[in-house]
Amino acid sequence: MIQPHSTGAQKAIEVKSVSKSFGTYQALKSVSFDIGSNEFFTMLGPSGCGKTTLLRMLAGFESPDTGSILLTGQEVVAIPPHRRRVNTVFQSYALFPHMTLEQNVAYGLENLGWEKGRIRTRVGEMLERVHMAPMAKRRPAQLSGGQRQRVALARALAPEPEVLLLDEPLSALDLKLRQAMRDELRTLQRDTGITFVFVTHDQEEALDMSDRIAVLGGGEVQQIGTPTEIYEEPVNRFVADFVGETNFLDVEVVETAPGQATVRTPFGVALTVPATGTASRGRATLSVRPEKINLGDQAQGTVFEGRIINKNYMGGYTHYTLDVAGTELRASRRNASREGDAIPLGATVPVGFVAGSARVLAA
Amino acid sequence: MTESALHAAAGGTDRSPRVRFWRDLSFWGLLPSWLLMGLALILPIAIIAAVSLATRGAHGGFTWDFNLAGYRQILFNEGWTGELEFTPQYLLIVARTFALAGATTLICLVFAVPVAYFISRQPPGRKAALVYLVTLPFWVSMILRVYAWMIILGKDGTLPRFLETLGLPAGMSFMFNDGATLTAMVYTAMPLMVLPVFASIEKLDGTLIEASHDLYGNRWVTLRRVILPLTAPGLVAGAILVFVPALGAVLEPSLMGGGKQMMMGTLIQLQFGGGRNWPFGAAIAMTLMALVLVFLLVMALRAARREDVR
Repeated sequence: MIQPHSTGAQKAIEVKSVSKSFGTYQALKSVSFDIGSNEFFTMLGPSGCGKTTLLRMLAGFESPDTGSILLTGQEVVAIPPHRRRVNTVFQSYALFPHMTLEQNVAYGLENLGWEKGRIRTRVGEMLERVHMAPMAKRRPAQLSGGQRQRVALARALAPEPEVLLLDEPLSALDLKLRQAMRDELRTLQRDTGITFVFVTHDQEEALDMSDRIAVLGGGEVQQIGTPTEIYEEPVNRFVADFVGETNFLDVEVVETAPGQATVRTPFGVALTVPATGTASRGRATLSVRPEKINLGDQAQGTVFEGRIINKNYMGGYTHYTLDVAGTELRASRRNASREGDAIPLGATVPVGFVAGSARVLAA
Repeated sequence: MTESALHAAAGGTDRSPRVRFWRDLSFWGLLPSWLLMGLALILPIAIIAAVSLATRGAHGGFTWDFNLAGYRQILFNEGWTGELEFTPQYLLIVARTFALAGATTLICLVFAVPVAYFISRQPPGRKAALVYLVTLPFWVSMILRVYAWMIILGKDGTLPRFLETLGLPAGMSFMFNDGATLTAMVYTAMPLMVLPVFASIEKLDGTLIEASHDLYGNRWVTLRRVILPLTAPGLVAGAILVFVPALGAVLEPSLMGGGKQMMMGTLIQLQFGGGRNWPFGAAIAMTLMALVLVFLLVMALRAARREDVR
C-alpha cells in the first residue's frame, strides 16, 4: 500500500540520529533535524558533505545504518521508494526518453491507479502550470535543458506528494535561466503548499529560496536556521566560510559578556561584537563580511586607516583588498553612482565597521 | 586552397585529374572486398539457386535441366502415375524448425535478461571477468560442447544418475527428442543473447529506474514500462543473432535429436548426403533463406518505425 496522505501533521520529516557509512567512509554522523510541513528547506554543503545521501534516504534509495526517518509521523526506513508519498526532481531530470511529455507526467498517476479522465485533467493542468502544454506530445530529446527541468517538476508534483525532493535541479542550467527558475520554484512551493527539500552546493540559491537552511559539512549538521541567521550569525568558521565571503581575523578576546565580546584585532583596534554563546577569553576568530566594512567617506562605526592594495571592479560593486597595519582585509563597496569606483589603488582611506556586523566564532 | 580544389574536396562534379584519381583509387582499393563478397557470398548462393531449379540425376548429383520438382517436393508427393498428392511431412519439419528456433530465442531471452542485468550491476573489474566467462564456451569446439550435453543427458549420464540418487527409476535417458535438441540449442546460443542484451542494459541510465520507483512504479511496472522499452534494441539484436542461426541448426538435431526428429538444417544435409537429391536440398535451402529474409525485413521495418517515432 502506498502511504496515505497526512492529516495535517506539523512535521513533514523527522530525521533522528541517522548515520551512514560507505565502506570505511562515514558519510553521515548521527544527523538529526526536523522539517516543518509547507517549508522550503535547503540542505547546503560542499560535495561529499552527505546532503545527497540524506536526500536519497528521504526518497528511499538508501537506508540509514542506524537512526530513523519519519515522514509525516510515520517511520519509513523499511518502506520502499514506490510506496512513499515523496517525489524527486533528479539532477539529470531522468525523464523517460521513450515517452512523450504527457506520458512522463502521467506515469506516476497511472501507477497510483488514478482514473483516466482525472489523469488527463491533471496532466494538462501540470503542463500548463510549467508552461509546457503546447509541447505535450514531444519527447524529452526535443527539449532544451530549462524545458526538461520544468517537465521534471511537473512530473514530480503531479501525484501531489507530501514532500518534493530536489537534487541540485538548477546546476545544469545557465545563469539567466537559473535565476528565473529560482523564482518559479519559490512560487510553485508557495502555491502548492508542498514541503520542498532542496539540495544544493550553491549558497546563493540557498539564501534566495529557503525558509530554513541546514548547512552540512563532514557528514554533520553545522547549523540550521533562516537564511539571515545563517549569513549574519554563523555559529562556526565552516558556516561563515561556506556561506558568503568573509574576512577571518585572529583576535584576542579581552572582555566577555553573554552574547558579546570585546576583542583586540591584529591591527590594534578594540571592538565589541556579538559572539556565539559566551566566548572565553583568549584567542578567537572574528568574521567580518566584506560588505560590512565601509570605506572612505562612508566609513562609520569604529574607524581606522587602510591602504588599498588591490581592487576588482565588478560593475555593480567593487572588491577592494586593504592593508591595515600588515593585516589583509577584503571590503566591497556598492557603486551607487559612476563615481562610486573612484577610490584609486594605493590610496590610504578611512576604514570603518559597525560593531554589530562582525562576529566572534566558536573555535 | 583554390576554389576549384575546395569544390573538388567537397565532392563536387569537377572532372579534374585529381578527382578522377581519388575516385579510381576508391574503386581499385575496394576491389578485393567486392571480389570476396562476389566469390564467397553471391556466387555460392547463385549456384544453390541454380541447383534448386535443376533436375535430379539418376544416381545422385543433378543435370542442368530446368525443373521445379525440388520445390514441388516440399509440399507434394509424386505418385506412380505422376499425380500430385499433398504431403505435410516436410511442412512439419519447417514448422518444427520454426518452433524450436522460436523456443530457443524465447528461453535465451528469459535467461539472458536477468544475467545481463546482474552483470551490469557489478563493479567494473568483476563485470569484465563475467563478460569473459560468458564468451568462454566459444573457445571450445561446438561439437565437443554438444557431446558434453550427450554425456549429461544420455543413458548412464550425469543427470539420470543424479535423479537415481534422488530415488527415481534408474536408466532414464533424456536424449533423442526435441527437448534434448532444444537444450543444446539454448546452450549454444545463450552467449549470443547475453552479450547484446548486456550492452543495452549497461547503457541504460540507472536514474531512470530510480525515477520509475520514485513515481510509484514497482519492480514489475519498472521492468515492463522502462527497462524493456529502453533495452529493446539490444533484445531485438540478440533475438536475431539467436533465431537466424537456430533456423539452420544441424549439429544439435542430428546429435541430440537422434536424427529422427529432423529440422530444416538436417533435412538439407540429408539431401546432399545420404538422400542424394541435390535439387530438393537446394530448394529447401532457398526456402529457408527466403523465410529468414522475410523475418529480417520485418525486424528492420519495425526498427525503422521505432526510430521514426523517437
